[in-house]
Formats: sequence, structure tokens, C-alpha cells
Amino acid sequence: MIATQAGDAGAQSRLLTLLAGHLRGYFGRRLAGRPADVEDLVQEALLAIHMKRATFDPRLAFTPWALAIARYKLIDHFRRRGARLTLPLDDAGELLAEDNPEEGAVRRDIAALLGRLPARQRALMADVKLTGHSMEEAAARAGMSVTAAKVAIHRAMKRLMKEVADEDL
Amino acid sequence: MKTSELIALMTAVDSSPVSPISPGRRLAMAGLLGVIVALAALALTLGLQPLAAAAHASWFWMKAGYSLSMAVCGLLLLRRLARPGAAPGWAAIIIGVLALAAMAMMAAHASMRAPADHRGALWLGQTWRMCSWRIVLLAIPTFAALIFALRRLAPTRLALAGAAAGLLAGGLSAAVYGLYCRESAAPFVVAWYSLGMAACAFVGALLGPRLLRW
Repeated sequence: MIATQAGDAGAQSRLLTLLAGHLRGYFGRRLAGRPADVEDLVQEALLAIHMKRATFDPRLAFTPWALAIARYKLIDHFRRRGARLTLPLDDAGELLAEDNPEEGAVRRDIAALLGRLPARQRALMADVKLTGHSMEEAAARAGMSVTAAKVAIHRAMKRLMKEVADEDL
Repeated sequence: MKTSELIALMTAVDSSPVSPISPGRRLAMAGLLGVIVALAALALTLGLQPLAAAAHASWFWMKAGYSLSMAVCGLLLLRRLARPGAAPGWAAIIIGVLALAAMAMMAAHASMRAPADHRGALWLGQTWRMCSWRIVLLAIPTFAALIFALRRLAPTRLALAGAAAGLLAGGLSAAVYGLYCRESAAPFVVAWYSLGMAACAFVGALLGPRLLRW
């Protein structure tokens, strides 16, 4: 995590992959029988850990920090599901559909998510992620400075995270 | 989206270095900002009492000390609650309890020493109807600034964090209000200042889960 905070992309990828496994176990034990919800929560917790990585104090232990986020997302999930169960019957189909793990896994279609971003952010995200341009190239193609591109991508990430969270409401 | 794709996406678009946030500093800055706004609002509406004279009075410092102790209690609690995985901390709670106990003892002492027909006046003063309300009102800018700061941090116990933010805002607000309020009796302070600050903490606990969700 300390290497991740320092901007080491390899360490970040390894950490998130490792955490995904742990989180799957954590949520799986607490949400037995709802695999789609488990994977949704794993992704939500990973996003949260990623977006809030600056709030980790490197002088303290990492596990309690990550666990508190996982716990928070789990409680939030229960609260939302509790609210959802009181919705009218029209939504019942949707509710049942979510028990299908396949659908849960592909529900967050990346193209659809990107489609909701403003054109400029979308172009940047597509350049960097989908066509493998470096941040510098993507910035040049969009006619922005590298710093501006980083800020735009950061905003885009934030927005995506919000979209993902809202989808679950 | 598959989880591995999500990880790849997060790593590809955003692996910029971040410097660890120190919540204490951010929250203190937010508190300071709120105090400045509250102070301006108080000076423009009710006005301040002559501070040079008040600074010689022990009751002036008693009120300031009590209010600021509660603010410190709130800040210490909030600093820990602003990040995942930290317990609220006993030091803060001890400061709050001690301040309340000291204030209550001073109030009991003053109340018992006073003649019976004067006792009611010690508890109600001239302004008991307004005091708590004004403390709550003056806490609003600070509370708003604290919520704004907290949203950039990561509180995971939202009601507790909201209550601590309310207590900090209320304590600072009571300290600001003390620059206007001329009530000098300890019983008045322990009743109405405490009520104002407790109301702030209560409202904070109610609003926390709504305002701080992330």
C-alpha cells in the first residue's frame, strides 16, 4: 500500500488483485448464496480502497484500514437492500434477476459506463485504457497538458465510481 | 465488468502518487474557517461585549475553557473517526467527561451557596430562552465546513462522525458566543451551553449518515 501511495502501478495492481481475493472471501462468508452481490461488493470495496488510498496512514497497520472499508461497504449494502425490499412489486423481476451471477458480472458494461462521461473525459479514458496510449500521448491527442489530462481522468474515475454506486441503489 | 478488468482499468487510468492525508490539519482548518464566519455573523448581528473588561472576569474564561474543552474533545474524536479502522479513542472522551464534571461541580457549588430565592436566577440568567438556540445557529458554518472536509476523507461510522463534528462545531460555536454572552453563573453555563452543544452533536448524529455517505 505504501508503494501504491507512492505511485507504483505494479504494486497497485498486485495489491488490488490480492485484496480482491480476500474481499471475495470476506463478503462470501457474509452473503452466502448471493454470488452476484458478492462480486458487486468486491468491486465496490476495491474502488473505495483505490479512491480513498490517501486516507491510509502509512504509520498504522493496513489490514484494519482495509477491513473497515469492507465492513462499511457491507453495512451500506445491507441498508440499501433493506430499503430495496420495501419497493413495489414491479421491481420484483429486477430483484430476482440479480441472483444470476453471470448477469451480475457483466452488468457494469464498461462501454456503457464510459458513454455517460463527457466527450473529453471519455476520449481520454478510451485512449489511455482501450488503445494503450501513454498519458502523455493521450494528453497531446486531446490538446491538453499532462496535468490537465490527469485531473480530467481523475474526475472521470470519480464520476465512474459514483455511477457504479448509483447503479446499485 | 469483471473484477480483473476493473483492477486493470483503475491501474491504467489512475496510479498517480498520493500523499497520505492528515485529517487533524484539515479538520482544524475547516473549524477555523467556520469560526471566522460565525464570529463575523455574531459581530454583525448581536455585537460583542466589551472584551477588555470581560477578559478580567473569571467567568469569561470559565465559559471559554468549558466550550473549548468540548471542541477539543470533538476534534480528537473526529480526527480518528475521519479515517477507516481507528477506534474513537479514550483520551477524547475523558477530556469531555472531565470538562462536564468540572463544570457541573462549579454549578452545584454556586447553586448551593446562593440564597434559595436567588437560585432560579443563577440557572436561568437573563437569556436562557435564546442561549442554546444561538449556539446551534452559530455552529452551522463550522458544521458545514467540517462536513465538506469529511467528505474528502473516509469516515466509516457515519453517525458517530456526524456527532463528533456536531460537538466540535458546537464547542467552537459556544466559545464564539461567549464573546457576546454576559451570563456569568456556572449553573447557567452547565445548563444552556451544554444543551446547545449537545443539540449540535445530536443533529450531527442524525445528519451524518445522510451527508457523509460515500
